[in-house]
Amino acid sequence: MIVADRKRVGEIRDMIKDHDRVLLVGCGTCVTVCLAGGERETGILGSAVRMALKLIGRGNVVVDECTIERQCEDAFIDALAPRVAGYDAICSLGCGAGVQALAERFPDKPVYPGLNTQFIGILESQGVWTEKCVGCGDCRLGEFAGICPISRCAKRLLNGPCGGSREGRCEVSPEVECAWQLIYDRARSLGILDRFESIAAPHDWSTGIDGGPRKVVREDQCIAGVESAR
Amino acid sequence: MKNDEPLILAFCCHYCAYAAADLAGSMRLEYPDNVRVLRLPCTGKIEVDYLLAAFERGVDGVIVAGCLEGGCHFLEGNLRARRRVERAKRLLDEIGLEPERLEMFNLSSAEGIRLAEIVTEMSGRLARLGPSPLRAGRRSAEGGVDPQTSEVFETSEVSEVSEVSRAEATVAGERP
Repeated sequence: MIVADRKRVGEIRDMIKDHDRVLLVGCGTCVTVCLAGGERETGILGSAVRMALKLIGRGNVVVDECTIERQCEDAFIDALAPRVAGYDAICSLGCGAGVQALAERFPDKPVYPGLNTQFIGILESQGVWTEKCVGCGDCRLGEFAGICPISRCAKRLLNGPCGGSREGRCEVSPEVECAWQLIYDRARSLGILDRFESIAAPHDWSTGIDGGPRKVVREDQCIAGVESAR
Repeated sequence: MKNDEPLILAFCCHYCAYAAADLAGSMRLEYPDNVRVLRLPCTGKIEVDYLLAAFERGVDGVIVAGCLEGGCHFLEGNLRARRRVERAKRLLDEIGLEPERLEMFNLSSAEGIRLAEIVTEMSGRLARLGPSPLRAGRRSAEGGVDPQTSEVFETSEVSEVSEVSRAEATVAGERP
């Protein structure tokens, strides 16, 4: 899932303080699960921002809250549209996709981000999320025993480990596990170490973000026609 | 209650602090009368939004009083409450309010004297900090608290009933 964390109250306060009516919009999907922008967090932030505004003499700014099931799909934003009409601005507690989906849907409303979107990751333990995927567009987890060297190795080495691997830890930080140690250990337990006798081919970075925004098209699902999707 | 006294909301666990407050009364102990007690089935019922809502409505300070660590009727409700109180304190700091306005205490139901001490200690601390800047109009209100805060305290009994019943519904496995 997409993992995010909340911006500081002061930063959000300063973004919205010049508006008269602001709607905080939470999202019921990924950011609810990572406890950043769900219904409860939206309520907490609303209360915090109202107090922070009052303390700088902007207590007259109306800050209301609501949460929709999914900000990144227009169908779910439909229910929000009538309510948005009564506000000058929106502060989204969705991920970056949610913020932009709201901005596209409501072209006459300023939309501000309430979260810092971090990464695609998993829940490591209660309250701790870690990055597992950078969305490079050319998944090669099958070559690396199911552990991604692109997201988890600081150098993104496809033929590791490097000399900075020390007792299973990365030289970047003793808290970071060496991805190549993990790959090696798992490959050994799976009995597939021989795969590493050959050199891994260079990665095709053309599928990554460096080529501009990416698009996935399923032609059989394009009701409006494939050409409109391109 | 005098208009310049700090207003304190005390979230008290049914199994310890609430009983201790009862005991303090039975013992005829005197403590500041500027505290309003809100009973919870366990301090584990506390959420950060409850604490912020109290400050948003203009109280000067909030006490969360739960069982001694290791003595929670629900095993670890008071430990969870402490983590939430710590988070709420960090948020208060971000908002621009003094985190010292919020404090968690642990005591047993036999400690009526301790409860009186806690209320006295918080009352003194809040008197030093001064009134909450979110209580606009408090000092100008003649002989009374501002309407917003009056509302908080007048409805506190209702809040208690609804919170307890919601909590019991949760314990019974229902969504409140």
